[in-house]
Amino acid sequence: MNSIGEECTELKKKYDDCFNSWFSERFLKGDHDDSVCAGIFKIYQECVKKAMKQQNIDFKDIDKDVLGTENEFKVPPTEGSS
Amino acid sequence: MARYFENTTVFNYSWDQVALGYWRRYPNPQSTHVLSEDTWTRYVKDGCLYTKRLLTKTNRVPKWGERFFNAKSVKIIEESFVDPEKKVLITYTRNLGYTKVMSVVERVEYRPSGASQTVALRSAWVDSQVFGFSRAIRAFGVDRFRKNASQMVNGFNYVLSNMFPRQVPQHTVTHTLKEMREAAAAATDRAKANVLSSVNRT
Repeated sequence: MNSIGEECTELKKKYDDCFNSWFSERFLKGDHDDSVCAGIFKIYQECVKKAMKQQNIDFKDIDKDVLGTENEFKVPPTEGSS
Repeated sequence: MARYFENTTVFNYSWDQVALGYWRRYPNPQSTHVLSEDTWTRYVKDGCLYTKRLLTKTNRVPKWGERFFNAKSVKIIEESFVDPEKKVLITYTRNLGYTKVMSVVERVEYRPSGASQTVALRSAWVDSQVFGFSRAIRAFGVDRFRKNASQMVNGFNYVLSNMFPRQVPQHTVTHTLKEMREAAAAATDRAKANVLSSVNRT
């Protein structure tokens, strides 16, 4: 899969590979230390942020959290229940 | 008032497999509308993984919708939460920008169902605030969402079957029925042939 910045796609692939093996070999097995991919993530992030700035994408909306907050949409009650 | 829509999908893969496959869903043959995918933030807190990704997708709108929504692509924010102990994966996606024209929010909760299956409960809210057109836009949004959701499931199953090839391939009920009918028809043909050959022999 491509990155939003063409020049970041190689870094993204490297990071994704690192993350996927961490996720399966460590995280799902109970090891929560995520430092192993931190270095490559930082480089990849810098590339993405630069690419987004060039495309005039507003970071504010992206940084807003919804999941797990009171802004998260709630499933309406099923019909018949009060 | 947003239109609400929900459905449930069963994946014939364990929760761990679905959670692994989730991050590798793209690309797949059904995802040609997904243009890019980037991880924006990711951290572990209290043993749970929190991720925010930015996706861009092509914007497929009907001719009448172009006056409201003429962007070539849309940006989607996907927040997710993975609890590996309780085996829960929740994803929450929303479009970025154009939310007054059409806002689509999707929440999917993946939980294990037995040792070898995973149930995905998908909820979606589609809203529009375009005066005079909101009803039509909401109806279009729900329709497009339904179509995309089934494509999403097919694409995800494709990725899972490649990642875990020893798994018995997923069959939908219609497939199974079709196969049973074909097997029954073949058996009938064989029986007829047997009868004929025994008749011919005598």
